[in-house]
Amino acid sequence: MPNEAPAASPPPQPAIGARFEAVVLPWLDAAWNLARWLARDDADAQDVVQEAMLRALRYFDSFRGGDARVWLLAIVRNTYFTMRTRTPPGHLLEPLDEDVHVLSDEQASPEALTLLAVDVGLLRQALERLPPPWREAIVLRELEECSYKEIAAITGQRIGTVMSRLARARVRLKLELTHCVGEASHHDLR
Amino acid sequence: MICADTGLLLHAWLDDELDVAQSAAMADHLQGCAACAARAREHERLRRALALAQLDLYRRAPAALHERWTPRHDDAAPPAALRPRRTSTVWAAAAGFAAALLLATPLFYTVQQRRGAGAALVDDAVSSHLRALQPQHLMDVASTNQHTVKPWFDGKLDFSPRVVDLAGAGFPLAGGRLDALNGRSVAALVYRRQLHLISVYQWPAATPDASAALRESRQQGYTVLRWIEDGMHYVVVSDVDPATLRQFAQELRQRTNGSDAPGTP
Repeated sequence: MPNEAPAASPPPQPAIGARFEAVVLPWLDAAWNLARWLARDDADAQDVVQEAMLRALRYFDSFRGGDARVWLLAIVRNTYFTMRTRTPPGHLLEPLDEDVHVLSDEQASPEALTLLAVDVGLLRQALERLPPPWREAIVLRELEECSYKEIAAITGQRIGTVMSRLARARVRLKLELTHCVGEASHHDLR
Repeated sequence: MICADTGLLLHAWLDDELDVAQSAAMADHLQGCAACAARAREHERLRRALALAQLDLYRRAPAALHERWTPRHDDAAPPAALRPRRTSTVWAAAAGFAAALLLATPLFYTVQQRRGAGAALVDDAVSSHLRALQPQHLMDVASTNQHTVKPWFDGKLDFSPRVVDLAGAGFPLAGGRLDALNGRSVAALVYRRQLHLISVYQWPAATPDASAALRESRQQGYTVLRWIEDGMHYVVVSDVDPATLRQFAQELRQRTNGSDAPGTP
């Protein structure tokens, strides 16, 4: 899928200092990865990252060292959630009541597990179907390789919450995969 | 520990986030409980599948976005305050084009010609690295084995590139491809550092004198290191942090000077 930049000319960039370039810019891919997985759309991700980078530049004076990746990802996340509430598309407002989503970890079929190990497309699909807070947990842990502590810092949650989110996210992901695999084997099994 | 506890703690255990006591309790429980052990194996598989797909699932920022956010560093630097804006205008004009098309536009060459040969080479190397990141373009031969990659170049180039194994230093080989820099065919090797890719370009130098000096430049968020050694040009491009890339270059130079380099005493 080609990344299509919006046709409208971007707003003028403020001057970028050498320290910002050295400390923050190396994490532009990380910022994009999180924004793109949250927004599930190139154009929206573009808006989120652009806005987040502008905020990062504005608040860079208040960055007191530490992990710039965690700092930037927290900004990306906040930017995404504020932009989302401004224009709330229905499908993004899935309620997430942790008590309703009881942690019932059924065993997946062996067939499903064998298939998922080889099919990136199925994994991507299943991950995109997860509700945002869970998708975020998986993306930060498995793709961005953050520790629980880093995820807690990025999302502003307690470590215990990170742990339970991640546990539920994985159970749900396994479930989604079983569904995906079920559908795939109905249609075509190459 | 009872089965109800493992639902949550199992994942922290898989992620190596439990303390020693909890870890031991979990291992104990898994040994005695077949149902929990089966669940642990399933999630371990799921995690492994995600790890294998990580490179495919990880979304990288489009080149145009990197462009927009990276101030350009020319060799002869004009006043800094003006530059980010001008760069962004140039790239905004080009933003609609696909990256590959962009590299072929006359605009690009006009920009390039105004600067020195070194800067042109750096431009070329970064472009080639970016182009290689497009799906399906990364590798002509994908292998982590230097003894597979090196012979692959036989007969495709008028020289034999040096291929060294740097997996021990944390930079596993991913493969190789043919590429062109400055109008000549070069060998490109691809190494990995976690999620980052490192391209190493090699070709014979016109003059055999070794210049040990490592020249470093940064462009579009990529670091480029270049040097000449034993009659070979080396250009290394990556988006890993500069310190890591310098460490990579140092490892590469050390190994190259060792067993594989012809003509060294």
